[in-house]
Amino acid sequence: MKRFKKYVEGRNDLFIPFIMSGDPNEQATIELAVELQDRGANVIELGIPYSDPLADGPVIQEAASRSLKNNTTLESSIKSVKKMREKGLKIPVIIFTYYNLLLQLGEDYFFALARENEVDGILVPDLPYEEGEHLRALCEKEGLALISLVAPTTSEERLQQIAGNASGFLYCVSSLGVTGVRSEFHASVFAFLEKVKKYSSAPVAVGFGVSKAEQVEALKESCDGVIVGSALIKRVASHEADLQDPKTREKAIKQIGDFAAALTAPYRTEKLST
Amino acid sequence: MATQVPDRRGRFGRYGGKFVPETVMHALEELEAALNKFMADEAFLHDFQEELREFSGRPTPLTFAKKMTERLNGAKIYLKREDLNHTGAHKLNNAIGQALLAKRMGKEKIVAETGAGQHGVAAATVAARYGLECKVFMGEEDIERQALNVFRMKLLGAEVVPVKSGSKTLKDATNEAIRYWVSNVEDTFYLIGSVVGPHPYPKMVRDFQRVIGDEAREQFFNRENKMPDCIVACVGGGSNAIGTFYPFLDDESACVGVEAAGKGIDTPQHAATLTKGSLGVIHGSLTYLLQDEAGQIQEPYSISAGLDYPGIGPEHSYLKDSKRVEYVSITDDEALDALTLLSQEEGIIPAIESAHALAEAFKRAKEMNKHETILVCLSGRGDKDVHTLMKTMGGEAH
Repeated sequence: MKRFKKYVEGRNDLFIPFIMSGDPNEQATIELAVELQDRGANVIELGIPYSDPLADGPVIQEAASRSLKNNTTLESSIKSVKKMREKGLKIPVIIFTYYNLLLQLGEDYFFALARENEVDGILVPDLPYEEGEHLRALCEKEGLALISLVAPTTSEERLQQIAGNASGFLYCVSSLGVTGVRSEFHASVFAFLEKVKKYSSAPVAVGFGVSKAEQVEALKESCDGVIVGSALIKRVASHEADLQDPKTREKAIKQIGDFAAALTAPYRTEKLST
Repeated sequence: MATQVPDRRGRFGRYGGKFVPETVMHALEELEAALNKFMADEAFLHDFQEELREFSGRPTPLTFAKKMTERLNGAKIYLKREDLNHTGAHKLNNAIGQALLAKRMGKEKIVAETGAGQHGVAAATVAARYGLECKVFMGEEDIERQALNVFRMKLLGAEVVPVKSGSKTLKDATNEAIRYWVSNVEDTFYLIGSVVGPHPYPKMVRDFQRVIGDEAREQFFNRENKMPDCIVACVGGGSNAIGTFYPFLDDESACVGVEAAGKGIDTPQHAATLTKGSLGVIHGSLTYLLQDEAGQIQEPYSISAGLDYPGIGPEHSYLKDSKRVEYVSITDDEALDALTLLSQEEGIIPAIESAHALAEAFKRAKEMNKHETILVCLSGRGDKDVHTLMKTMGGEAH
């Protein structure tokens, strides 16, 4: 939790990018993580490709398919975090994995790997609070953040419980459905965020559909940060050929970095003016 | 007692549970509340029973397979005739139950997944009867292979949505149906086709399908004045098997679930989840499943489209561990032989799925004595398979 203290706690301008491990190859993922840090990211959410990603829309599904072609696994992905650290990555890294992959790797082995490779937390999108008791206890013992999610449909009672026990940051799902780019948010999201912030013991970040600077601007006052996944992954997909070629990779990564910087510009203008 | 599961958390022993995204949790809570309310509501149960009778044609008969029994010269074989339900399989029992529940919950739309199209047809059928809008998700591969059922669903007024993700088969259609449901949960009910998925689905589908076993138990007792020595049913997700076994679990009858061994359980081409699979999470449930070492879910294979599911209902995993039910597997070839035999001896063309159960029952009957009895769930009729059979058998019945 050391890195969370330094880079996340107490902030209200968090930029949390989601990138797919091994999409389109390990080296690109490593370099992209470092680039995103340089462009203002506070946490890297490292997605692990899965054959049956229930919570994800088509953009992330396709990224998973691309990555699975490289035989990316949970284990190889955790090990790549160490390589990111060697390249200068200082911010927290969250492993975003479906539960089955974690089960097959084994929880004990996961924690040993996480320690060795300097992973800071884990997010399991198909492990709701009620099923997470065991993992929560292990994370606490190991000093890892277990990132919880809340959705607009989460009942008041569960919201209090989940938000009250949040560690690292609380992932607030902006709207119903799966991950993916959305043009705008429903107005009710603001009332929802207000409620979540009241109960949350950790910074509140909004994800699902964040793809434009205007959205970041609109959300700025209502939450502590944004999670950007599909919008970034789309750029990775459109630069796939360049990311595969070592000669053009650096340039492609810079271009994705430019997109990330433009998207989160509303945070920086504030940072500059204060 | 084997009958007192699941617990409040939806666990059958260690199996089952709710391994779903947070966005699904509210819908499951809502469903659970409705289920608790209406399964104790006499008017609802009356409607369900009436529809089973008047629309599906229940009770289905228990047929003594006289010639097969004579031919095998062993245990007496009885068939529970789920093939005589409207739409040709046990699937409609569950579809009626869930559609009536959807109506009671005020939902206007249903969404369903289908592999071969049997559950999709059942869903489209009840949607037509009860005035619900119906979307059926179906893998692109399956749409191509099952053109007749696709047409049936459309004729019944349903929209068939092609699924292009993943391997484009049943498991991906299920993922896509769940994704759609999550996005449209306010007015949409997810009508699942088997005893799989997150709690309370496995329990709900069991409770709608137990009518098979409840009827069979009474019919069998009236006929033989005792309980069957052995009960056999095929298992894909496992709804006809649970429906058949469940009312007998506190009796002495041996229960045998038959999985699809495809081209053989020592080849990669099978769907024998309990025989060859390992513990994991699929479609919201902790259960046995077919996966690689890293935990990626594998594509199963069986000639029978209704059995090639990479997971299995969590209650089956529980019944396997507790040894109350024995699970075995039957190959494509064995099933086809049994299908031919039943057609020619009894004048009943069974579904290829059900033929797996028959093949196992025939094997056992030979080894049992004439005072003993076997009850087989004949879960569906074979009309839907005629095209596959013609291709496989080269157009020549033998």
